Amino acid sequence: MLAFTLRRAIQAIGVMFAVGIIAFSMFRFAGDPVNQIVSIDTSAAERALVRKSLGLDDPVPVQFVRYFADAAQFKFGVSYQFRQPVSALLMERMPATLELAICATVFAMVFGILMGVYSALKRDTVLAKLFQAVSLIGISLPTFLIGILLIYLFAVTLGWLPSFGRGEVVKLGWWTTGLLTLSGLKALIMPSITLGLFQMTLIMRLVRAEMLEVLRTDYIRFARARGLTTRAIHFGHALKNTLIPVITVAGLQFGSVIAFSIITETVFQWPGMGLLFVQAVQNVDIPIMAAYLLMVSLIFVTINLVVDILYTVVDPRLRSTVGRAA
Amino acid sequence: MTEPVLSVRDLHVEFASRRGTLRAIDGVSFDIAKGEVLGVVGESGAGKSVTGLSVIGLIDPPGRIAGGEIHLAGLRIDNLPPEEMRRIRGKRIGMIFQDPLTSLNPLYKVGDQIVETIRTHLNLSEAAARRRAIDLLAEVGIPAPEKRIDGYPHEFSGGMRQRVVIALAICAEPELIIADEPTTALDVSVQAQIISLIKRLGRDHGTAVMLVTHDMGVIAETSDRVAVMYAGRVAEIGPVQDVVKNPLHPYAKGLMGAIPTLAADDKRLVQIPGSMPRLSAIPRGCSFNPRCAFAFDRCRVERPEPLPRGAQSVACHLYDNVPAESAA
Repeated sequence: MLAFTLRRAIQAIGVMFAVGIIAFSMFRFAGDPVNQIVSIDTSAAERALVRKSLGLDDPVPVQFVRYFADAAQFKFGVSYQFRQPVSALLMERMPATLELAICATVFAMVFGILMGVYSALKRDTVLAKLFQAVSLIGISLPTFLIGILLIYLFAVTLGWLPSFGRGEVVKLGWWTTGLLTLSGLKALIMPSITLGLFQMTLIMRLVRAEMLEVLRTDYIRFARARGLTTRAIHFGHALKNTLIPVITVAGLQFGSVIAFSIITETVFQWPGMGLLFVQAVQNVDIPIMAAYLLMVSLIFVTINLVVDILYTVVDPRLRSTVGRAA
Repeated sequence: MTEPVLSVRDLHVEFASRRGTLRAIDGVSFDIAKGEVLGVVGESGAGKSVTGLSVIGLIDPPGRIAGGEIHLAGLRIDNLPPEEMRRIRGKRIGMIFQDPLTSLNPLYKVGDQIVETIRTHLNLSEAAARRRAIDLLAEVGIPAPEKRIDGYPHEFSGGMRQRVVIALAICAEPELIIADEPTTALDVSVQAQIISLIKRLGRDHGTAVMLVTHDMGVIAETSDRVAVMYAGRVAEIGPVQDVVKNPLHPYAKGLMGAIPTLAADDKRLVQIPGSMPRLSAIPRGCSFNPRCAFAFDRCRVERPEPLPRGAQSVACHLYDNVPAESAA
């Protein structure tokens, strides 16, 4: 078990190293950063000075090692547009993005599993068919459109929910949260649904398909032959067996939720990392873009690692074979 | 004579399909007495398993019991509400399936699965149910049961898993055990152990056993009586020695001829020409007539009904209007 975790951790570090190379090479290939900082009439001497102060005149390997050493300590340089350390900017924005992503994922998991189980067990009911139809919409409609439709309905027409921003936030140390105020919670609803809808329909369809698959297995038939109650069979025996693929997908999707919150954050002007990234792209603010890339891949890699470990918690077969193989 | 544990009368099972209704079981009747082992034998698709599943009430849609009655110790069970039938499953009727590798839920310890079943049917505390589970595992011959009870299914071998499945089937002392090909998926050496285990349990607890298999050797070894099924009907039923030594139905004769013997003469085994008809294309008259060497005109028009022949009963026109002596 320990060896397994360790092996996965080493693989994770390898991935991060590769991403680091890509992030670093963005500085080299996405134009000359000095041009982004100085104005057109800056003299060559001044340009050289800026170049030197940013360490851009050092040999490439030296710059790479320095970038990596800094990144490992969460120092990503200074933003070209804000003239502030990137890490401070990210830290400031991260709570907003994480809160949104977590709410969206919880929304997706809860409703996805409930609707999936329901539509597997009561396959032929009207409600189950409605869920299927809704899930088709959720899968095929682009996020920004859902966001705009929601805004139109609930913010513009009905006026129930705010159309943008986080509402009132409360500071808890460096973390800012919108979960403790009414306006903060209200502001969370629409972005969470927008961001989570795709994952919800994905989870719902997955749970439904897996559940139908599991209900056909011999051990479910045998469980019925043992006279267990329907509740025990469905929720004890069948649901647990559907959880492995659900954990995988939900886990991997959590990474995508954070990465793709860019669109939702833009639609709802949500002050998170995604919005920061979009602004950075518009202004060719490479330190932010590179740092964002690193952050997102770190999140992905971490989630993958956690999901791998979670498997072994759910499935005893993996526990022992993994232990033996390692 | 005392009331049989299981009495099946004129059972019909149908499956609705796109090409119309398929009749999987077409008028099957048999009894099983207390402590008796009835072997049900036949080719794949003869309706053996479907018969077992209809007794325990697990025919899945689109299949349904279309006619006939099933009585368990006098209680009619084929039309019980689902919840009442559920209480009977596992408590009064135990079932053993073919593949022990897939019969157990891989995510739960075997002990938890046994305790769960016990507590579903018997009013026992967790600790008492666990003690009972250990006793059961010991009874079905699992060594060190107090340790193995906390093992997961994948930590057991195939034979050991089938023992766990049997322990699950008998954990509430059922009156009837339906064993659907319990040894087919096992090694030959393990098969013998499982067969003698089922036999011993049936004897010790006075349980009636319905043993579904296509292995005549297993039947001869285990059963008191045997029913030979063909295309959804019972072709012949009778005491196992009689049916094995002196089969009456041409199909049963063919089956017995196809058993290899150790008294090895180098003759080829007898084959029955052709194969069993599909459910959608069962011939008129006797369903066996296209493959039967003795078929005559009547066989192609009229369906034979079971005729008593000594202790045996046979559904074949050859024995109609013929005195017992000349027929045998």
